[in-house]
Amino acid sequence: MSQSEPILTLENTEGRTTRPSVAPRIRQDQRAQRIFFVITLLPVFLIVVVTIALLVRAWPILQAFPLTDLLFGTVWKPSEKMFGFGPFILGTLWVTVVGVGVAVPPCLLAAIYLAEYAHASTRSFTKPVLDLLAAIPPVVYGVWGLLAIVPFVEDVLAPLAKRWLGGVPFLAVNQPTGFSILAGGIVLAVMIAPLVISVVYEIFLTVPNDLRHASLAVGSTQWQTIRNVVLPQVTPGIVAAVVLGASRAFGETIAVLIVVGNVPQVPTSIFDSAYPLPALIANNYGDMMSIPLYDSALMGAALVLLVVILIFNILSTLVLQRMLRRKWA
Amino acid sequence: MDTHIQVKNLNVYYGKQQALKNVNIEIPKKQITVIMGPSGCGKTTLLKSFNRFLELTDGTQITGEVLVDGQNIYDREVDVTEVRKTVGLLAQRPSPLPMSIYDNVVYGMHIHKMKKDRKEYKAAVRHYLEIAGLWDEVGKRLHDPATGLSIGQQQRLCLARGLAVEPEIILGDEPTSALDPISSQNIEARLLDLKQQYTTVIVTHTLRQAKRLADHVIYMYMGEVIEAGPAKEVFTNPKHERTRQYLEGLF
Repeated sequence: MSQSEPILTLENTEGRTTRPSVAPRIRQDQRAQRIFFVITLLPVFLIVVVTIALLVRAWPILQAFPLTDLLFGTVWKPSEKMFGFGPFILGTLWVTVVGVGVAVPPCLLAAIYLAEYAHASTRSFTKPVLDLLAAIPPVVYGVWGLLAIVPFVEDVLAPLAKRWLGGVPFLAVNQPTGFSILAGGIVLAVMIAPLVISVVYEIFLTVPNDLRHASLAVGSTQWQTIRNVVLPQVTPGIVAAVVLGASRAFGETIAVLIVVGNVPQVPTSIFDSAYPLPALIANNYGDMMSIPLYDSALMGAALVLLVVILIFNILSTLVLQRMLRRKWA
Repeated sequence: MDTHIQVKNLNVYYGKQQALKNVNIEIPKKQITVIMGPSGCGKTTLLKSFNRFLELTDGTQITGEVLVDGQNIYDREVDVTEVRKTVGLLAQRPSPLPMSIYDNVVYGMHIHKMKKDRKEYKAAVRHYLEIAGLWDEVGKRLHDPATGLSIGQQQRLCLARGLAVEPEIILGDEPTSALDPISSQNIEARLLDLKQQYTTVIVTHTLRQAKRLADHVIYMYMGEVIEAGPAKEVFTNPKHERTRQYLEGLF
């Protein structure tokens, strides 16, 4: 940039009646600010663009069939023009619910322990390790599931359930292999645990110590204090953390598709195989594209996935932001 | 003098920093003892050693003994919740629990299952709100959230909550420092009313408040007890140069 223009000085503003023009370096600063602003907004544009693109690409299938037929149809035979997402949506829901169900109780207890009981030294060791768990690539979790969890379900859990839980709904053993919703759920539970623990932990830290001390001062135990004073304060945050974990589980693809069996059926038991939405897209996009509407149907599946995850995320983020911003007098 | 709390060779460390140095004092029964001294001298640390609140901070080390009615509260077999039930604490900032006024007062009684039925709890809530001088102001809105009260009312509510578990000792950690003058007066009046029935220990950094309240005074400096004795003696005829300087406002 040329420095020929003089910088604003006292002398050259003297006697002026109009406002002095803004110095070039200030103008440059403003220009830079605008550029940063646009760059910051890019991700927002991206979400909008992706949503619109998916909508456009899914349009043919949305026009060909009523939305209810797509969402609730249970038959997936693209070659016969049957595109029911039902089995895939249900598969995703089953895996997510089992994953969240397995993950939440231990995560909650771990977060309570870390936030309320653990010594500072324990905390400073445990927290980074938990965060590290979140950095393990999903495919590694998938392989671990394939080598450890699928056999475990097949050889241990399924026989146990067959023996003791015969008549219990959702627990019937209908198939011989361990490639099942339960295996997917267990793998997902381990994957979302670091996220859920660390969000719940953060939420517990928002409760001021004054409240804990007020409760302890009248002679309540630490658990009574947590139960009666701390937990009621953090319940919305815990729900939000669980929803956030669920949205992560909902979209998880590779780790689940390795262990879940990928059979497009309506599941009736956690020991059944399933075929979640992300697996459907990942396994099939690019193949058999000559079938009419097939491409559009997969885009529709992606759209459903995106919309559900966006809703989950927005809701939980709103709640969490409010809680973390909460200031106490 | 009837001793209620006796401190023997008490040393407290926060990490490497020593907060209390070999403290030996006695606190008389059913009188107001005021702990005073410049900030950072260990007043609050000494106070919180009486209800075992020091151990809530990571890295605190405590040696020595604190005897309440002759029992060392730091003994292994002592139940810390019993200690805190016997030794109530009024905190520096009022800390109403995020529940109704009624639930605040009843909180400790529920924890210790002190009453038989709802009727008894209700009567007790009224009783302690009256003692704390709050009943006339809140009696008609017991189920409103406690956080809606003024800060002075909140502190009296905390007093009622503390008294409701029937302690023998009341600790006050600068209990009026967050309050306006009128609310402060109100709390001071309560404490004076209550001293017939409770052993009271107050930390304060205002000399005038110390003079208004104290029967017995402990003066601390840099983690050590410099002087302790009846208020009359200490205020009129301090034995130590440091105490004299403090009383004259030299630092």
